[in-house]
This record gives sequence, structure tokens and C-alpha cells, in this order.
Amino acid sequence: MSTDTADREHYEAVVVGCGPGGAAAAARLAEHGVETLVLERGTEAGSKNVSGGLIYAEDSAPYTIDDLFDGFREEAAERPVTDYRIHNVAGNSVKTYDLRDLHEHDTDWCEAVLRRRMDSWLEQRVHEKTSETGGGVLTNVRVNGLLREDGEIVGVTCDELDPIGADLIVAADGVNSELARDAGLMDWEEPEEWFQGVKAVVDMDPAVIDDRFDLGEDEGAAHLFSGDLFEDVRGGGFLYTNEDSLSIGTVFHLDSLVEQQAEPHQLLDALLTHPMMARWLGDEYAEREYAAKLVPDSKKVAHPEPYQDRLVLVGDAAGQMQAQGPIIKGMNHAVTAGALAADAFAVTRGNADPEAAGRRYAKLLEDSGTMDKLRPRRYELARAVGERETVTNAVERVLDSPVGRVALGNPISNRLLERAYNSPFLVSMLPDTRTGYVTVPSIIGEQHGRTIQWETDIEPPTLEERIGELTYDTDVGNPHIELEDESFDASGAAVYACPVSAEDFGGGCYRSEEVTHNGSEETVVSLDTQPCVECGTCAIVADTTWEHPRGGKGVEYREG
Amino acid sequence: MRSIVLTKGVPDFSEGAVSFDEDGHLERGKTPTVMNPNDEFAVQAALQTKVRHGGHVSGMSMGPPGYAEVLEEAMESVYLDDSYLLSDRELAASDTWATAITLNAGLETYQEQVAEIDLVFAGFKTADGETGQTGPQTCWGMDWPIVTHVIALDVDSEERRLRAKRLVEGDVDEIETVEAPLPCFVVTDPEFEPTYRKASHRLTHKQLRAETQERAANHEEHLTTWDHVDLNLDPDYIGLDGSPTIVSSVDPIPKAPSEREATMIDPGEDDMGEVLEEMHPFAAGGDAGTGAGD
Repeated sequence: MSTDTADREHYEAVVVGCGPGGAAAAARLAEHGVETLVLERGTEAGSKNVSGGLIYAEDSAPYTIDDLFDGFREEAAERPVTDYRIHNVAGNSVKTYDLRDLHEHDTDWCEAVLRRRMDSWLEQRVHEKTSETGGGVLTNVRVNGLLREDGEIVGVTCDELDPIGADLIVAADGVNSELARDAGLMDWEEPEEWFQGVKAVVDMDPAVIDDRFDLGEDEGAAHLFSGDLFEDVRGGGFLYTNEDSLSIGTVFHLDSLVEQQAEPHQLLDALLTHPMMARWLGDEYAEREYAAKLVPDSKKVAHPEPYQDRLVLVGDAAGQMQAQGPIIKGMNHAVTAGALAADAFAVTRGNADPEAAGRRYAKLLEDSGTMDKLRPRRYELARAVGERETVTNAVERVLDSPVGRVALGNPISNRLLERAYNSPFLVSMLPDTRTGYVTVPSIIGEQHGRTIQWETDIEPPTLEERIGELTYDTDVGNPHIELEDESFDASGAAVYACPVSAEDFGGGCYRSEEVTHNGSEETVVSLDTQPCVECGTCAIVADTTWEHPRGGKGVEYREG
Repeated sequence: MRSIVLTKGVPDFSEGAVSFDEDGHLERGKTPTVMNPNDEFAVQAALQTKVRHGGHVSGMSMGPPGYAEVLEEAMESVYLDDSYLLSDRELAASDTWATAITLNAGLETYQEQVAEIDLVFAGFKTADGETGQTGPQTCWGMDWPIVTHVIALDVDSEERRLRAKRLVEGDVDEIETVEAPLPCFVVTDPEFEPTYRKASHRLTHKQLRAETQERAANHEEHLTTWDHVDLNLDPDYIGLDGSPTIVSSVDPIPKAPSEREATMIDPGEDDMGEVLEEMHPFAAGGDAGTGAGD
């Protein structure tokens, strides 16, 4: 294998990752006639991807996925969301608000999707489009870093292929983007900048879904859950209807998970076994897949200038995941960003300045209003006071007092609250404290809620059973994560926060063990990467060297 | 680059497919025919050459008309452009020598009627015969260089040479690199692994796969059958008459006796001593186990 420049392969554009961001970039590049190579590490696009997942088409967005891919909604999506609600939970008392106004604000359409089906469909379309301009999609190829010449980024390096040069490198390699980290544009340092989501895809006959959710043809439901379901862990739950399954999951602030030493799979079970779920889940529970994903909090990490030399970051790789209260939008922004990056390259093509495309891309993100959706200025202003501990504590005390309860609990406030939840303006200012996630919803549930009398007999699978159902192609003898510091102080949080680990469970990734060292007892952490679902949680909460597995290796999601 | 892959249909010996009668004899009628597993490596080598250098790959097989399915399988899995079946009642019951004579005639006929050949690929021995003779004997008739036990291959189409890594005497620890001029006969080892380190090669590979799926669906349109007349072969030198090997009888290999003994011990902490006690005779080595534990 030669790495000589003379003999090196070169493509005009290399797109890393074939999720919605990479697919949009590649499709748009091909439309501009750019020779585009797409490298995807999964055995098929979608096999490494997980999302909640709703994909939106916003009226205000310059690009939507069905603009770029004809037939997307019919071929690749599950059900459109026509019913959208939030449930405020306090014990067995639940108050439900209709969130359709918020949901429909700036929304052309919204579809529930499962990523294996969606992304593999996109992969086919992208391959067709890029083949016409001299490129194509290759799966089972992991890009492991940036190729530099005289300190400047000129291409990519891969596990499976010789280095490849490119005039544009689109890093659409997801939340754990190795390219963004190689470039120093993103890091894995602060738990407060991330959410972690876990999800169960639950098998259900389409007619049963229609019946239980009161849906007609081409209708679907989205339900959000907040309140004291999850004790003090900041986050919430969701339930979306697919064609013949449900996506049920929970999403939490990673710092809160770590702080509360909460087990993600148990939080998911708390939602699944809550009595209010009984009317939707019935008596028979068949889980098809358990999955987990790290979610960047765009308010904090969306990179305002996501480029360096010929490299541009798109989607989760650039932190472009908008989560503000009940608004959860990621894939649509990735699509917009991917298409804008392609346009930026097309107009600066041939420019000698290697950063011309990147600079133009950042400007397009700003001018199109995408950046303000990801990092709203209102949030930046509100956050300055809203998230200070003293303010939170003071607000909490007022809310918890009889005065606060009356304020939130009277019939007028009930109507106002529903309106407040439906205000995109107010929602974009919600501070990320326990007030918004736990206190307010649980007071609403308590004061306005109806007590649920149903019982649920559902027994979700154990973590061991969930791991057992997942498909892996293990790269034996070549673990992709190395534990740098095995002390409990440095890496113990992973035992709880890793979605496929748990205290007193020996079959997960991380476990803690008591060892006697020179006569003194010590707790150490050990790691087995075999059950890893590649979410990246431990890259943040533990001291590790973290890489993705080689192309085609590791976990393979069937649903995603 | 024009390559031929020699392949053979063999009984599918995989579990669940193979069928034996009461005496332990293979029931040929009830056992499906598949492409000889070792030939997979030969077709991979031919495919790698085609992906890297372009050109044409033909499959060639000697056997009854039913072998067309084997060639279809080869076409589908390794992207053959077309296939040639050497099929004739006169060819029945050929041993390795008569088979080599026939395949040799097939290759000569191909060169006369279709195109000059650059490379012939064959697998390392068949799953039913296990002789490993047919490939080299066929090559001997061609008077070409032959490289056997090939595990990696690089062809220089301009210089018309190949460079191959091969296992010496089938020993995995010893690998030598050899060069040979084209045309050349290549016998692949089961350790052969194709490598595609260029994105363009992988894209070509993907393109070929899509094209071949269409072709394999109509594989009969890409199949040519030659009988002994087409091959210009004298019936006295082929088939049973041309085979010096005489099989007197086939005896099933007796199964090795195996006896196992298991002792269940509850894995309580106190019982570890018991486990050690049970295992002690084996730890000492020799025949203390009296046949137990295999």
C-alpha cells in the first residue's frame, strides 16, 4: 500500500457518514456536478444510527429532506405526526396538554422514522446520484482521521483504504465525530453539554396502533412525558408511533444522570411500566430493539464556525441538535447544514483559499436563520440568570410553597400553561434546570392531573436480555475503547451512565470490582467493549481513549 | 485482461444438506450440488484482477448439464461475465487425468474460438476428490508457468507479469513472493484474501455486483456448452475409458469411539475442594481418567 502523493486517490468531495446530513450534502454536491465519494462505516447506512425519532420539514428551512429526495415520506418514513401531546406526571396523577400548536409552528410536515429503514433508503438514492458524477457510496469503511500536508487538512485516512485526498471533506460522522475531534473543533469534556437518550422499539400490529391511539389512515401520534417519573433526573420521555411498532424512549441531561447515579435503562423502564402506558401497551410487550445515543445540546455546543481548512462539520458532528423543552429537532438541521455546505463548496469551487467553502458555509448557516434556531440568543440571555443555582433554588422554593402551587394550580393558569408550552418564544428560553423538567410538570400533574387507575403488568426485558437481542460483529482482539484510568474516581460514572452497564451486572461494558492492593481494599473499574452500542457516553464521563470500531464491526442496529 | 476460472460442482457436504444412506454411503441424488468451496478463492482472485485491471472473466466447468447451476452460482457470487460447460455422456466417470485432458481441451478451444487467455485460476483441491491434482495436470498440458498456494496476487498488466505471495508447502508460517510472466496458471490457497485498498476499486466492485445480478438472472443466455466433438477429443482418451484410476470400493471411515462422563457439582464455595478432587486424576496426566473425558 502506497501513501505517495502521486499515486494517491483524489475526489473533489469526500463525505464521511451517510446519515441525513451526509446524504443531503452528497446529493446536493452531485446536483452541482461534484465528484463525490461517500464513506460509511456501517455495513449499511442506518446500521449505526439511532434517533428518537421525528424528522421535521420546517417552512422556514432552506432545504428539507423531501426537497432533496423524492418520495422520502412515502418510502422511508413511518407515520406523519398528527397528534402531539405532553403529559405532566406526579406519581399516578397525569395532566395532559395538547401541543399541536407548538408542533405545527413552522412545520410543513413531521414524520416518525426508524433509522435503519430511512438511512438505508437514503444510501441507495445517494449512490445513484453520486455515481453519475464519478463517485458513489462505500459502506464498511471507517474514516479514522484527517490527512494533513504541511499542517493543512487535505483529505482523510481510513482503516480499510489508502489515504484519499479531497478539495472538500464533509464530516457528517455523527455525535462522536472523530474528524471534528481530530480538527480540535469539538471535544468530549463536559457532561452538561450533552444529553443521553435510550429507546425501545416495541412491536405492535398496525391495526392495534390505530385502535389504541385513535388514529386513522396516514395519522400518527407523538407523546412527551415529564415530571417526577424519573425522580430528580432532568429529562423526559417520548413515545412515537411507527407503521408497525412504537418508539419509546427517555432523554436525560448527561450531567444529571451522572449526578444522580441513575441507570438509563431503569429510567426507560420507569416510563414503560408507568400505569398511564397501560392503555397503549396492553398486556403483551415485545421489544424489538434497545438502543442508545448521545445527543449534543446545540444551545451549548453548536459550533458557530464549523470548519477548518477544507473540512466542514455537518449535523451532530457540529453539535447541530436542537433540544429546547418539548422541541427536539436534529435531523432536519443536519439536512439543511449538509445542503448548505454543498452549496458553499459549489460557489467557491476553484478558489485557492482552502477555507473559502467553510467560511461561506458558516455564513449560510447564519443567514438562513439555522444558527439562531440552534443557539437562540434569547436562551443565551435567559440562561445567564436562569441557570444560576441560587436563582433556581429561589424559584424552586416559591413554586413549592403554597403560593407557587396556587399560582400554577388555579384554573386560569391551566389555560395559560397550555399556551405557554405552545409558545416557541417561551420554550426557547426554558432554562435547563430541574424547575422546567421536574418541578413545574409535577406540580401541574399534581394540581391539574387526573389520577390514573389502570394497572400495568408489563415486564420490560432485563439489560442482559436487551444486550442479548442486539446484533454484534465483534472485532475480537481489537477493542475500540481503552480505559486510561481504572480508578473509580476517574471512570466509575460509566458504570451507571453507560446504557449497557449497571451496578452489580457483570455482562455490561463497565463494572466495578473490589481489589486488594498491598493489603488495602480499592474499587476499580474494568471494561469489556463487546456489548458496546457506540453511544460515546463513556468518552465523556470516564477517562478513555475512544474510537469507533473498524468498518462493519461492532453493533448493528436493525431498527435504529 | 482475460481470465478463466475453473470450477467444479461437488456434493454440498454442509450439515443439513448432505444425505447418507444406512451404510454410510453418500446419496448423490438427495444431496444438492454446489460450487466446490475452495473454488471460491479462485473466483475471488479472478474478480480482484478484473476489478483492478478491467477485462473479462469466464467460468469453465466439466460436468453434467445440472452443473449449469453451479456456474450460475459462480456468476452470481463472483461476477462472471459468461460461462462454459464441458458436458457430454462420454465424459462421465473421469478421473483427475481424464478431467485434466478435457479441461485442457476446453482452454485450447476457448483460445481458438473466443480469445487469448492471460490467466487461469483454479482452487486448491475439490471437496469430493481431495486430490489437488487436476489444476496442475491441466496446466501441464498448457505448458504455462504455474503458481500454487497463492494467498495474495498483484498483476502488472502493462509488463504482463504477476507477482504472488504463496505458502511454501502449504505451511502458513513460510511465505515466499514469486514472479511469473503471463499467461500463467494460478492455484489459490484457502488463505487467499482479496484486497481492495482503493475507493475506486470498491466502487467498481459494487458496480460489477449490480451488473452481475441482472446477468445471473438470465445466466443461460451467457452459457456455452461444448461436447467432445466441439472439444475435438477422442472418446478413448476421456471419461471412464481415459481414466487410469480404478476405484475398487469405498469404505466408510469408522467413527472414533468417544465416551464422556459428567459430574454435576453445585458451585457453592465449599464444593471447590470437591471439584479439585474430581479433576486431580486428569491433572496428573497419563491415563488416570480411564477413558473418561475423551
